Amino acid sequence: MKELVMILIGASLINNVVLSQFMGICAFLGTSKQLKSSVGMGLAVVFVMFFASLVTYPVYILLGRIDAQYLKTVAFILVIALFVQLAEMAIKRFIPPLYKSLGVYLPLITTNCAVLGAAITNVDKKYTLAQSLVNSLGTGLGFTLALVLFAGVRIRLETSDIPETFKGVPATLVAAAIVSLSFMGFAGIV
Amino acid sequence: MSQKKTLSGELTKGIIKENPVFVTMLGMCPTLAVTTLAKNGIGMGLATTFVLVCSNVVISLLKRVIPDSVRLPSFIVIIAGFVTLIEFLMRGYLPELYASLGIFLSLITVNCIILGRAEVFASKNGVLRSALDGLGMGLGFTLALFLMGSVREIIGSGCFFGMKIGDLSAKPMLIFIMPAGGFFTLGVIIAVVNKIAKRKPPAEIGCEGCPSASLCKKNAAEKASCTGEEAAKA
Repeated sequence: MKELVMILIGASLINNVVLSQFMGICAFLGTSKQLKSSVGMGLAVVFVMFFASLVTYPVYILLGRIDAQYLKTVAFILVIALFVQLAEMAIKRFIPPLYKSLGVYLPLITTNCAVLGAAITNVDKKYTLAQSLVNSLGTGLGFTLALVLFAGVRIRLETSDIPETFKGVPATLVAAAIVSLSFMGFAGIV
Repeated sequence: MSQKKTLSGELTKGIIKENPVFVTMLGMCPTLAVTTLAKNGIGMGLATTFVLVCSNVVISLLKRVIPDSVRLPSFIVIIAGFVTLIEFLMRGYLPELYASLGIFLSLITVNCIILGRAEVFASKNGVLRSALDGLGMGLGFTLALFLMGSVREIIGSGCFFGMKIGDLSAKPMLIFIMPAGGFFTLGVIIAVVNKIAKRKPPAEIGCEGCPSASLCKKNAAEKASCTGEEAAKA
């Protein structure tokens, strides 16, 4: 149990997926402009990441049976793409309100490298099923946290006076550097 | 828009005019993650170039065979296949680089540049043009990564390709090889590029090269999910 908590804290705060692992930067910069869209994207990622690791775990064991672990990248990305597609259809059919708030973000997640990254990390670190699930959950929550925090920063950024050449993307990246700096404070907690 | 371009134009456009990192802002994850050393930047860039050229050629050859509705998964599988290939090659011949690139080698699969070029270019153009386009984009990406890696290595560890540089190596600014330094360096480099090119800085990250752009447009009516949408159209 203690180990699981440590994995959760490690994945969400210390090795934050966006701010120290640099995964999912495109989604991070693309959807953190408004608080609402950042929450939606974050929750969609948590959802997909959790279930994707639930599915990729047996897939990797199957690959091990036929001695083909090297196919993990191909197999995982297929599983994730398939899962995203199925999840989108299922949510649309059965839980329309959830689809309205998360649906638009789901197709974008297949190419979010954080999801594939989390699945591969689970395998590389030889996590058990429970550890994998907790790691994915932590990674997703860390992603959401970074997105929501950064959305707040960007709202302030819009009203501030920035040099002409730094306007737009450069200022956003420099702001991300400062947010990332603050996350370095978590190093060494566990 | 690139229908009438000369062959050399296809090759060179990716290097400067449509540089994937500095102009279209794609493939940010590896750009930030592996560029703590100039050497890693070049290694990552060349690995991506290899995958980009191969997948562009194969997708261009198969463009009539792949049904439109399943094209994205098909593209991803083709790309993932080549990524697995380069993983093997690198583990065999360059084990040191393989270890330092780590997970980001596998993550070439989901690099937006590759899927973006497949969707935007290779699935609509001939084999030769697609190969040149892939090569140009790959070299542009490599150049960007090399630039990032050099700046971060020189300032952050006082070395260049492992060679120590005078006084800098005694007291390097460690922050530059940390994650925060990555964001900062990229931000400053893009600002400098904007200044030199004297172009109006893009208001937001554009969507035109994004592989999910078509899905985005479909969904945009429901909700503005892709923030760069308006910027891309303007």
